Amino acid sequence: MKAWLDMMRAVLTRDAGADRVVPPAGFTVWLTVFTSGAMAFLTVFALALSLASGRLAESWDNELARSATLRISAPAGQMAEQTAAALKVLEQTPGVASARALSDAEQQALLEPWFGPDLPIDSLPVPQLIEVIETEDGYDSEGLRLRLQAEVPGAVLDEHTRWRRPLIAAAAKLRALGWVSILLIGAATGAMVTLAANAALAANSRVIAVLRLVGATDSYIASAFVRRFTLRTLIGAAGGTLLGLIAVLLMPGAGDAGAFLTGLRFQGLHWIFPFFVPPLAALVAFLATGYAARRVLERLD
Amino acid sequence: MIELENVAYSYGGEALLTDMSLSLPAGSFHFLTGPSGAGKTTFLKLCYGALRPTSGALRLFGEDLAAFDRDAVALARRRIGVVHQDCQFLDHLPVIENIALPLSVSGLAAQDQEDNLQELLNWVGLTGRANALPPELSGGERQRAALARALILSPDIILADEPTGNVDWEMSQRLLRLLVELNKMGKTVMIATHDLALIRAAKAQVQARVLRISDGSIQAAGADL
Repeated sequence: MKAWLDMMRAVLTRDAGADRVVPPAGFTVWLTVFTSGAMAFLTVFALALSLASGRLAESWDNELARSATLRISAPAGQMAEQTAAALKVLEQTPGVASARALSDAEQQALLEPWFGPDLPIDSLPVPQLIEVIETEDGYDSEGLRLRLQAEVPGAVLDEHTRWRRPLIAAAAKLRALGWVSILLIGAATGAMVTLAANAALAANSRVIAVLRLVGATDSYIASAFVRRFTLRTLIGAAGGTLLGLIAVLLMPGAGDAGAFLTGLRFQGLHWIFPFFVPPLAALVAFLATGYAARRVLERLD
Repeated sequence: MIELENVAYSYGGEALLTDMSLSLPAGSFHFLTGPSGAGKTTFLKLCYGALRPTSGALRLFGEDLAAFDRDAVALARRRIGVVHQDCQFLDHLPVIENIALPLSVSGLAAQDQEDNLQELLNWVGLTGRANALPPELSGGERQRAALARALILSPDIILADEPTGNVDWEMSQRLLRLLVELNKMGKTVMIATHDLALIRAAKAQVQARVLRISDGSIQAAGADL
């Protein structure tokens, strides 16, 4: 623990001498910057996807929870009668909190996305819709169906739950997948940085030998490499996050016509989350390089 | 300063050094000689903790090396200036930064030691080469730069491994004079060399003890030296 704290102190305290002991050239520079940039970019997307899935699940859950629709298709002369009968059945059904017939204006608003605003709804054989709200305990849907079949032959009960539950489950799984992706991206970043750090340490074994010859401690040597890799990762991740944010900004938002579900952009305080990506990536690089450096230094002893 | 008691060192199952007992008191001057491959470099590495004895006890500054962890070895090394035949520089740093390297690893700012650095550069005759890169230096300049680096922390002991191996006679005499001068300042000096002429030249200037490694053991060299 003390060794890690010493290294953290050395990494945070800039020492121009220590910064220069490791030769600056090498493919690991670009490998680290590019990898961390690409990973940060992907992390921003995974984060956006995960948060959007979460919103989607929540919105479906809230908006469609404990609601159903009763559709009555009947000849124009019987519509009012069947609607009244259906409402009566619903009133008497245990587990139904409320039921109300949608007005013409509400039905017109529902059809507007498909037929436009000037639909002459009165002259069309549009079924009457009844919104049914359940109590917490819910109703016996099979029993209700049988009763409706007997008393209101033109009624069809459409329960949202049937298609809502799998969709919510899918959205929740998508959200979990997003978080798993973020963890995998973090692990892959750590592995890549470890490989790059190992390559750099192996390529600089002579530098390490010279530093040991003049009395450098493991913390000093490790911090020279760790600081460099941490900074490169921070820079790469900052660039990747910035590009990711720009790309997410170009995605449809919740209010756009293209956002048929929820929109992939971050919303509200969620915009803060991507800004944690570069420091977290740097922390991963610090731990991965520190671990690699300690292992290599032990091996070279 | 350095004491060895029945020290042996083996590598890959092969005994390189056996039953070595020796003491390097403060202010002493030693030559270590012997044929190539006899184990001179291995002996020096044991003395500065780069290798650990397979058996026996080695004490650095009165402390048993066996009890040293890597950081303790690093701290002890700051009190031991080492000059290698191949000098071992960081080739991407100029001479002045290579010489200042021990200051950096010890947490001392080179700027605060600027006067010492300049004085040291002047003493080894490298003032005009301070900003050159190590590959641009001649063999003699490299050896003097390595000596300057070994001295920057004012160590108690100086261990030099074939310091005159790559330089001409005139330069080797100059390096010897510098090492003798350091010994007169109270530093303990040990030079591993197979250059008998150098040893003879040194004995004219300083009271030096000559040790010979042969067949894995160490003994005082004959009177012909």
